[in-house]
Amino acid sequence: MARITASVYTSHVPAIGAAMDAGKDQEPYWQPLFKGYEYSKQWMKDNKPDVIFLVYNDHATAFSLDLIPTFAIGTGAQYQPADEGYGARPVPTVIGHPELASHIAQSVIQQDFDLTIVNKMDVDHGLTVPLSLMCGNPPKNAFHWPCPVIPFAVNVVQYPVPSGQRCFNLGQAIRKAVESYDEDLNVHIWGTGGMSHQLQGPRAGLINADFDNAFLDKLIADPSAAAAIPHIDYVREAGSEGIELVMWLIARGAMADVAGRADGVKLKHRFFHVPASNTAVGHLILENQ
Amino acid sequence: MSLNKPYLDVPGTIIFDADQSRKGYHLNQFCMSLMKAENRERFKADQRAYLDEWPMTEEQKQGVLTRDLNRCMAAGGNIYFLAKIGATFGLSFQQMAGSMTGMTEEEYRAMMIGGGRSIQGNRYIGEDGDAQAHNQPQGAAHKNKKEV
Repeated sequence: MARITASVYTSHVPAIGAAMDAGKDQEPYWQPLFKGYEYSKQWMKDNKPDVIFLVYNDHATAFSLDLIPTFAIGTGAQYQPADEGYGARPVPTVIGHPELASHIAQSVIQQDFDLTIVNKMDVDHGLTVPLSLMCGNPPKNAFHWPCPVIPFAVNVVQYPVPSGQRCFNLGQAIRKAVESYDEDLNVHIWGTGGMSHQLQGPRAGLINADFDNAFLDKLIADPSAAAAIPHIDYVREAGSEGIELVMWLIARGAMADVAGRADGVKLKHRFFHVPASNTAVGHLILENQ
Repeated sequence: MSLNKPYLDVPGTIIFDADQSRKGYHLNQFCMSLMKAENRERFKADQRAYLDEWPMTEEQKQGVLTRDLNRCMAAGGNIYFLAKIGATFGLSFQQMAGSMTGMTEEEYRAMMIGGGRSIQGNRYIGEDGDAQAHNQPQGAAHKNKKEV
């Protein structure tokens, strides 16, 4: 049987990818940020998953205003890094896992979540920056990501985005779906985006470290309380783009303690840093007990 | 019954909801076209002619031509779409976001390195934080305005 063994949470700031691609990660501005992911890169090597279920949002890349799915699951064989206006990031093609993805789609839709099924799309920084942070940019002589990835895109661009509670419930459905897959696979679920940031208007540059750290505390120890946070609190306290944090609740909902199978989760790593460009960066690694 | 919009009292912020999306449809779709290199080149070669290929309002076109992202937002733009305009001209997201505050690039960057904009006074319209309408523009531009 497939099982979710761990969840990873991280911001996906595009400037982080740009800094890595340009080899600027040792510059004084970026050093403290990348230091916070050193543990994580080693942890990825020591705990290599068979598949990563990667929750992210598309930033007007694959989905224009022609089509705005609230939840979209990638069931394709592969996905190209997108040209977001600067040219595509020089990172590997993302290899999918069509069999598991299709299984999850069928199971989760039958649990009353209306997923959009996507077989062809490019993936933007929302998906590739977390891979770069956790795995490092792969070298030319081994130009591939460590394992297949199932992209799961959440609309957080056009209001209303799904509530934290719905995301948390969806995570629970995804866990059930994974556990009903026959093949013995080690699956990680990642929730990305956030933390506090606002990219628009006179309030651009908003950072609320108190809100962010309280969110991290809640997400670890009392995820139901984190799931109850209404939209307006994210917008008001964490900035208009801070709403991305609802995606972390999908990953958290998929952990075993939420299903009553454990008393809690094992906190392997916690990191918080301000700033990366316009954004507060938060990062957690949680393992099932 | 009208839709509940609890976010209208957040200062310095436009939430991209269904109404904004409808208003900004062609503006945002124009931005999407800049994800192709050949379109970026055509736009750079003659911006006005390229914009005239889209059924955008004159206000939207002026917002784009003057790179006034606040004006584009008010006209229905969304920042992730509008970012393609900046990307076309090699601007970073920080430069784009900062341009909406009235601060210089250096001032905005320094604010971020200093921990970002404080939430104090910036939760509700009517408080006295730096994002409030009566405190615009920000940075040195604000002091200059006061002296005049």
